[in-house]
Formats: sequence, structure tokens, C-alpha cells
Amino acid sequence: MMQNNPQPQERKKLVEVKHLKQYFNAGRRNEVKAIDDISFEIYEGETFGLVGESGSGKSTTGRSIIRLYTPTSGEIEFNGTDISKIKHKDMLQFRREMQMIFQDPYASLNPRMKVKDIIAEGLDIHHLVKNEAERDARVNELLDLVGLSHDHATRYPHEFSGGQRQRIGIARALAVEPRFIIADEPISALDVSIQAQVVNLLRDIQKEQNLTYLFIAHDLSMVKYISDRIAVMHNGRLMELSSADEVYNHPLHPYTKSLLSAVPLPDPFYERNRHRKGYDDRIETDGQLRSLKEIVPGHFVLATEEEVAGYQAAAEEYHLDD
Amino acid sequence: MADNTSDIKLNADSFKPVAANNVDEQEKISAPSLTFFQDAIRRLRKNKAAVFSFWLLAIIILISIVSIWWTPSDPNAQHVAYANLPPKIANGSIPGFTGKANVGGNIVDKYAAAKVPKGTYYVLGTDYLGRDLFSRLMKGVALSLLIGLLATLFDLVIGVPYGIISGWKGGKTDTIMQRIIEIISSIPNLVVVILMLLLFTPGLGSIVVAMGITGWITMARLVRAETLTLKTQEYILAARTLGESPLRIALKHLIPNLSSTIIIQTMFSIPTAIFFEAFLSFIGIGIPAPNASLGTLLSDGQKTFRFLPYQMWYPAAVISIIMIAFNLLADGLRDAFDPKTQE
Amino acid sequence: MEKILEVKDLQIDFDTFAGSVKAIRNVDFHLNKGETLAIVGESGSGKSVTVRSIMGLLANNAQVTSGSIDFKGRDILKLSNREIEKIRGNDISMIFQDPMTSLDPTMPIGKQVAEPLLIHGSMSKKKAMARAEEVLELVGITNAKNRMKDYPHQFSGGQRQRIVIAIAIVNYPEILIADEPTTALDVTIQAQIIDLMKELQNKIETSIIFITHDLGVVAGIADRVAVMYAGKIIEYGSVDEIFYNPQHPYTWGLLNSMPTLDTDSDRLYAIPGTPPNLLNPPKGDAFAPRNPYAMAIDYEAMPPFFKISDTHYAATWLLHPDAPKTEPPVAIKKRQAEFQRLVAEGKINQPEYEEEGGVKDDAE
Ligand SMILES: Nc1ncnc2c1ncn2[C@@H]1O[C@H](COP(=O)(O)OP(=O)(O)OP(=O)(O)O)[C@@H](O)[C@H]1O
Ligand SMILES: Nc1ncnc2c1ncn2[C@@H]1O[C@H](COP(=O)(O)OP(=O)(O)OP(=O)(O)O)[C@@H](O)[C@H]1O
Ligand SMILES: [Mg+2]
Ligand SMILES: [Mg+2]
Repeated sequence: MMQNNPQPQERKKLVEVKHLKQYFNAGRRNEVKAIDDISFEIYEGETFGLVGESGSGKSTTGRSIIRLYTPTSGEIEFNGTDISKIKHKDMLQFRREMQMIFQDPYASLNPRMKVKDIIAEGLDIHHLVKNEAERDARVNELLDLVGLSHDHATRYPHEFSGGQRQRIGIARALAVEPRFIIADEPISALDVSIQAQVVNLLRDIQKEQNLTYLFIAHDLSMVKYISDRIAVMHNGRLMELSSADEVYNHPLHPYTKSLLSAVPLPDPFYERNRHRKGYDDRIETDGQLRSLKEIVPGHFVLATEEEVAGYQAAAEEYHLDD
Repeated sequence: MADNTSDIKLNADSFKPVAANNVDEQEKISAPSLTFFQDAIRRLRKNKAAVFSFWLLAIIILISIVSIWWTPSDPNAQHVAYANLPPKIANGSIPGFTGKANVGGNIVDKYAAAKVPKGTYYVLGTDYLGRDLFSRLMKGVALSLLIGLLATLFDLVIGVPYGIISGWKGGKTDTIMQRIIEIISSIPNLVVVILMLLLFTPGLGSIVVAMGITGWITMARLVRAETLTLKTQEYILAARTLGESPLRIALKHLIPNLSSTIIIQTMFSIPTAIFFEAFLSFIGIGIPAPNASLGTLLSDGQKTFRFLPYQMWYPAAVISIIMIAFNLLADGLRDAFDPKTQE
Repeated sequence: MEKILEVKDLQIDFDTFAGSVKAIRNVDFHLNKGETLAIVGESGSGKSVTVRSIMGLLANNAQVTSGSIDFKGRDILKLSNREIEKIRGNDISMIFQDPMTSLDPTMPIGKQVAEPLLIHGSMSKKKAMARAEEVLELVGITNAKNRMKDYPHQFSGGQRQRIVIAIAIVNYPEILIADEPTTALDVTIQAQIIDLMKELQNKIETSIIFITHDLGVVAGIADRVAVMYAGKIIEYGSVDEIFYNPQHPYTWGLLNSMPTLDTDSDRLYAIPGTPPNLLNPPKGDAFAPRNPYAMAIDYEAMPPFFKISDTHYAATWLLHPDAPKTEPPVAIKKRQAEFQRLVAEGKINQPEYEEEGGVKDDAE
């Protein structure tokens, strides 16, 4: 976890998203503005959490960054280069540096392939091993890394539990030694007790290999735990962006407040006295132009020029309380 | 709740802490490892009808293969003197295969009447030209199976790639390819065949060409639909993010996962093709004389059905058995491959 | 308190190719009138099978090898299919996990909600539709009158789940079983659905069995909680007792592995390993191999239930009088301290403990 006020200037930007828009069926009647003008940066070595309700555009954001989709407009820079301009011959290298971990432990592994072939898929594509023996050795190494045993290598995915499958997916992503990993709800399909295993694993390898994460989730307590900074997404736009503690302890945007008030906690007394805050989305749909404004250093909120003062006052109040 | 625990012996050691087990140990999988196909076959084995159909078809196929080199007698050789002999086996002691027939109320030994030498008999009798029906049936089944095989070939060579490309590419390509399919499938099969007949002579060639034009449509449609859903599966996305090329994705991920659809559909399209040929031959625009096919045998038998029913019974029974067996096997395969019916 | 449903010594096996899966192993529990009982546990622990047996909806390869389920003086397990059908959707209804697949996409929702009434009651169509509208209003579908003719796809995920609930409660069932009704939903919608269920419980006075593996949800909705592991209930008690004074190491692990908003440590507590294979369930405590507090006896014999209070029982040898005193994990101790504080402040009730010599007494 990080200190309250990140100093972006000192840190290297690994991913930079600028005014990204991603529309599906653009121009047709069933047009969906899955992402509608979002901008943010992810610094090297950090975990950037992205939360929001279903359909808010989280997965689309992740998939645009990894070039599964071609953006409608806007730019995505990875390590200083615009990913839409990567030449065919450099594409393979890009595919090595950025990897993805998927949500559904049942859909993310090919049911007809053995675990070792699943994990070695990247090794084969990028010719990272010279022969079968080396391949097996590397697969075993990766199995060790994610805490699975070597004799799992010759088994098929359906023989594993959800948590084990998720670890196989992680091993597959790690095989190509990426620098940046997009984890799209990697734990939401898992049991509570298994979630912790996977989260710990992700943190351990992050430390070990100096990885940068984009961690997508709708479970806010887990995101808070794993992320350094968090962006809150709604209807394809970012509502609020700040350090994890700021977002949780000092939320400014009404949507964030509403979202936080809905998080169930394993505490009956708190639950009995919980007051959910409603959210009136007129603040998004009144037609006024809004963009992310820095309210206090490092804390951004989607606002008009006029609203900034109000948010600043609210932020100040929080800090007086502390 | 009332576990009876009085018989548990508790002693001082009972409450000694035990070091937690090796985690590896717990994650061991003890069940035998089955691939998807092994598992499917295991389930297929439980389906008696499908297994029986499988062996029946295996025998029929074996006999047909034999018929390429050997038949009891030449299927096209005519012995006008021996025309319309009823079925007879060995000395004629088996009911139904006695070589005798009812002529005007009297049981007549037709073999004796036709002065067939002793020791010569026709298991399924002869037709109006004195050709051995058993040999003709063997040849006919072989031809029908050949047509089934060709239908499979069209399914695999045209239908599967067509469906994969259409589904995978999506967008405009998909729209155009689907329009083409709609146009082709809107023309009735019979019209296509008749058009073929205008260009070619009737025979295996024109049947095959007609099948080549229309037979693979269902396969292409199924494969496309399946590809559309597979394409958004996360393991395909994972392969893409790893940099796998579309061709390799098709070979490594799509085809293995399409295989059950493909196998099942082939099992359904084989009998369709066989029936199609039989139908064409039956109405006289299929396999030309003197070659035998199930269709021509039925057509010939039908002409004398009232007097010499055996000439139609046997081909009709055989084609029915083949159709039912393929369908039962296909049903069994579908159940075996469909994870929803898994116990 | 009046018991409305009582499950006794239920044991269910499934015949599979690999052998017989002992999915439910001697489960006992009861449901009081008007309360919400939450069943929590890991995937595969047998939550769904348990409630499906109450509904008479077990798979074909299931075998109930022992036990009884008493409902209104009758044993559900002994009823004929016709009799069960009468109970199902009438006295007891069930809400399934996936709101997308439990609705018929080709039927207007009004008709779907009215259907149970038409099947079970002798109600006229007009009356049934009127009731359907009333219930749709009740579950918070705004403008229900005009939306009765709309099809499921015209509603959002949260609304669809409300409609599913409407179908389940249209007959004002005495027992409502909800099998993970909110797992597929967002936190915001989940919170709405939970509020809705609480509100409904007050209005129509049903008893609810609520299955989930989300402990946050349990804390919000349950009166009592039963924790399942590997086909057995291993601890049950009032919601306060389970959350503030848990006794079974598995419950400790579950509570401990959830980060709270102030978890700051570098690692989360994770229960190591995976649940046992129910083809050959272990002889002793099924949780022993994953239990850092395991003792020799855990591998030898299944622990009986030990009484903590009148409402709170846990099946772990740690509670045996001869067992060494164990310190629960720090987070659990924090919870226990919180419990003491809340009791002292009078915010929650001190659970009662009455000595008794009945069946539920501990072993010796
Ligand atoms: N390929 C697609 N074609 C059309 N619309 C799409 C496509 N993919 C996503 N969408 C739409 O874009 C919006 C954002 O979807 P996205 O999957 O990014 O949401 P999400 O935040 O990841 O939600 P969830 O939590 O459910 O995964 C949704 O309205 C979705 O229906
Ligand atoms: N039809 C069946 N045949 C064989 N085994 C079954 C069948 N149905 C359930 N089981 C087994 O019974 C056990 C309990 O399953 P159940 O569905 O009750 O779990 P659950 O606690 O509801 O889990 P989840 O949280 O995943 O829904 C599992 O081990 C499961 O594999
Ligand atoms: Mg998503
Ligand atoms: Mg379940």
C-alpha cells in the first residue's frame, strides 16, 4: 500500500490512457458507448484498481489496453509508445510485455488441452524454450510459482477446482515474463477462502518480479486491500480517482459514496445500522460538460468548473476531521 | 447431532497438535485422468442402443469393404433362365429361405422348376434378370456408404472451414458468407439435381456434384454458430493476448472444441446423403443401370412387390437399418458429448 | 419459538462413474417461524443439495440414504411426487441463482408471476393477474400495471431478479429458499435485493433459508447461521455468535480471509489447501488437513457438537474439556473483544446458557 499523496512526477508512467472512447456498433441504432472519454495513468510497480458496477466498461477498458479491441478514438501508450502504432513485427514483443488474467476460471482454460500445454502456450508462441526438456522444466517452475504440484501438468482443466484453475491461468500469463498484467475480476468467481490464496499469490509475484497490475473488480474491500490507487467507473466514465485510502475514507463523488455504502461487511452490528446512500445520476446526465478535476493533490473527481469548489470544501472537511 | 462418541477412546495423546499436512498432498487428484474424449466414450458405452448401432454399422462397413473385391457372384451378370428365384440357403431347410414360392395357391420349388443345378442357390434370390440380389445388395450398400463418405468429405472440406471463417471474421465477411448460404439453401435440392442432369449424365458424378453444392450447408451453419460463441471464450482471448496467429488458434483451440459438433453433424449427414441417393435412384435419375444402389434395388423391387415381395423387403430393411443405426449413434454421441447430461 | 421445518440426520449420496459421492453427511438443522437462516460454506460443501432435497428437486442419481425432513408434521422425503408438487411453489418456494435463466424469455412477466397461482390455486385468471400486479409492486417494480406485458429482456438484471422473487412469493409461501440469489449481481443491486427480502419477510411473514458464500451478505440478512464444510454442518448459532464468537477453526478461517476495510497487513490469511474429495471422506474431522490447530484426535474421530450457548453449537475437538486451550487468530480475538463490548453496552443480547443433559451434550 502507498502513502496518501502519490508524487506522480517522480514515478515512471507505464500505461497512459488518453481520452479513450470505445463504442460498439458505432453509428448504428444499437450503439453502446462502453467507454466514453476516459484518461488515466498507471505507474510502474503499482496496482491500479478499477471498480464499478456491471456494464460500466471495466472489462472493455482492460481489453482495449491489451489491444483486443481497436479504440473508437483516443490513445493508449504503453511504455511511451502508442499501442495502435505498433508494427506487426513488434507486436509479438508487445504481447509478451502485457498479459491478462481472466474472470471465469471455467471459460479461461481450453478444456481439450493438458495443463502443461496451456501453461506452455506462450513459451511456444514466443519460442522461449529450445526443446521438450526445457519446456517441461519451465512449466514445472511455473507450477511451483503458483503453488501447484508437478503431477498436475498432465491433467485436464476440468479436474481442478476454481482456485486451482485460476492459478493455472496466472501461470500461463507469467510464462512470458510480462511487465504489466491486467487482472479482470480474477477472484470474483471464487470462494472467499480461495480468494485470499489467489490475492496473496498475485501480491507475492508482484513483489518478486516487480509487476504492474491493473486490477479490475467489483468487490470493493478486496480492491482496497490490493490496490495503491483506485478509479471508480460508471457508465463508461471515471467518476473518481485517487489513492486507495482516499477513495475509501474520503470519497467525494456521490456515486463513490453510494457504492461504498452498499458494500456488505462481515459485521452484523454494522450491517444492522447501515444506511445505504442512494445515487441520483442526474449529476452525470444533466448535459453539462464534466472532466476529471484534481480536487486535492492526487485526488480527482469528475466535475464541472463550478462544482470543484464544493468538492474542495468537502475534502477539507474530511481532513479537518482526521 | 447426537453422534455417539462413547466408543471413541480419548487419551493423553489425542489432543497433541499435529503439524499441518503438506499442502501438495491435499491438492493431489486421485481420480483417474480422463480426456474429454475418453470421458465421452465412457458415457457412450452406457448407451446400449448407440453401442449396438456402432457395431452393426461396423459390420455393415466391413462387408461393404469386402464387396469391393469379392461378392458371392457377379452382381451385374444376367442369367435370364434363373430370373425371380426366391431366397434359398443351402438345402432350403430354413423357413423363409427355402427356395419355394406360392404360385397360384401351390407351393412350388422354383429352383427345381428353373433347373438350377444342385448346390447353387441365391441367399436373397434373384431379380427379373436373374442377377444375384445378395451381391447386388452388397454393392448397393457399398455405393451408399461411399456416398455417405463423400458427404462427410464435403462437410469437412467445405462446411467446417466455411463456418469457421464466417464465424471468426464476423462483420461484413460473415454477412456476405451467410447471404451466400441462404441463397444456396433456398433452392430445393431436387432442382439442383435436375439442373445437374441437364449438364451431366445421370450417375454418381451428378449426385456428388449436387451434394457438393448443397450438402455442407447445415455443417457450415452449425460450425459458424459454435465459432461465434467460442470466439468470445476467455481461453481464445488468452491465446490472442499471447500473440497466437488466427490460423493456429483455429487449429489448436477452435477445431478441438468444435470436434463434437462436427462428429455429431457428420453422423446425421451420412444417412441424409444415403437417403438422398436412394430417393434419386428410386425416381430414376440417380445411379444408372446396370449398377446397383439401394435406390435402384428398391425401385426395381417395388415394380414386382405384389408378387415377389422379397425383392423389395431386403433392400428396404437394409436401408432402414442403416438409417436408424446412424441416427441412434448420432443421438448417443450427442448425449455423450453434451456436458449437460453428464452424471 | 415454533419450528416450521426440521431436517434430521440427512444423508445424501450421488452415484457417479468414479463411485458414490457422499455429498451430505448427517446434516441436522431446523428453521424457526419467521426467521432467516443463512447457510454458508465453500463451493461444493453441499448447500444446494441440502435445499434441493427440501424442494424434492434432487438429481436422478441422488440417493437419500437416511434422514427425514419434517414440514407441518409430514416427512417431505416420504411424500409422493404429486404431494411434493403441491408443496413446491405453494408452501415452499425457491429462488435460483441466475436471474437470466430462471425466467422464460418468451412469456410476458405478468403471466409468469401469475402462473404459480393458476397452477396451485383455484384462482380465476383475473384475480391471479391482479395479485401478480400487487406482488410486482411489492418487490419494487415501478409502474407494475403497465409493465406486466413486458418481456424479461426489457428489464435490467436487478429488476429481473426482483421478478424472480415476485414469482417465488406470489403464493405467500411459508418458507422461501434463496440459493445464492445475489451472487450474480452488483453490490448496489445486491444491497437493494437484500433490503427487499428483509422488507418482504416483515410483510408476508415467511421464513427464509438463504444460501450464500458471501459473509458480508450473511451479516446483513441472517438471524441464525449454519456453516457447512464437506457435506456437514460444523457450526451453527445466532448471527452474532457466529460472527463475534466463532468456535470452529474453519469459521475462523472464513472470517479471517476476508479483508475488512482496515486490513493493512501484507498478506491475507488464506486457508491452505482444498476441500476433501467426497468420494472418500476422511474418517475424522474433514477440515483437519487444512487446520493449523489440528490434533491427533481430529484424524481419528469425527467431533461431536459441543454446546457454547443455548443457540450455539460447534463440532470441533478444540472445545473438548481435555483439549489444550487454544488462542484463536488475532482477528478473531478482536471480534470476541468487540462482542464483549457490544454485550456490555447492551447493544446485543448475551446468549443464554442452560445446563442440560440431553443429546446435545458433549462427549465423554
Ligand atoms: N462486443 C460487444 N458488443 C457490444 N456491446 C458490448 C460488447 N462488449 C461489451 N459491450 C457493452 O459495453 C458495456 C460495458 O461492458 P463491459 O464488459 O466493459 O462491462 P464491465 O464493467 O466489465 O461489466 P462486468 O462487471 O459485468 O464484467 C456493456 O453495456 C456491454 O453490454
Ligand atoms: N447430480 C450430482 N451428481 C454427482 N455429484 C453431485 C451432484 N450434484 C451435486 N453433487 C456433488 O455434491 C456436492 C455438493 O454440491 P452442492 O451443489 O450442494 O454444493 P454447493 O455448496 O451448493 O456449492 P456452490 O457454492 O458451488 O453452489 C459437490 O461435491 C457436488 O460435486
Ligand atoms: Mg467485465
Ligand atoms: Mg450451490
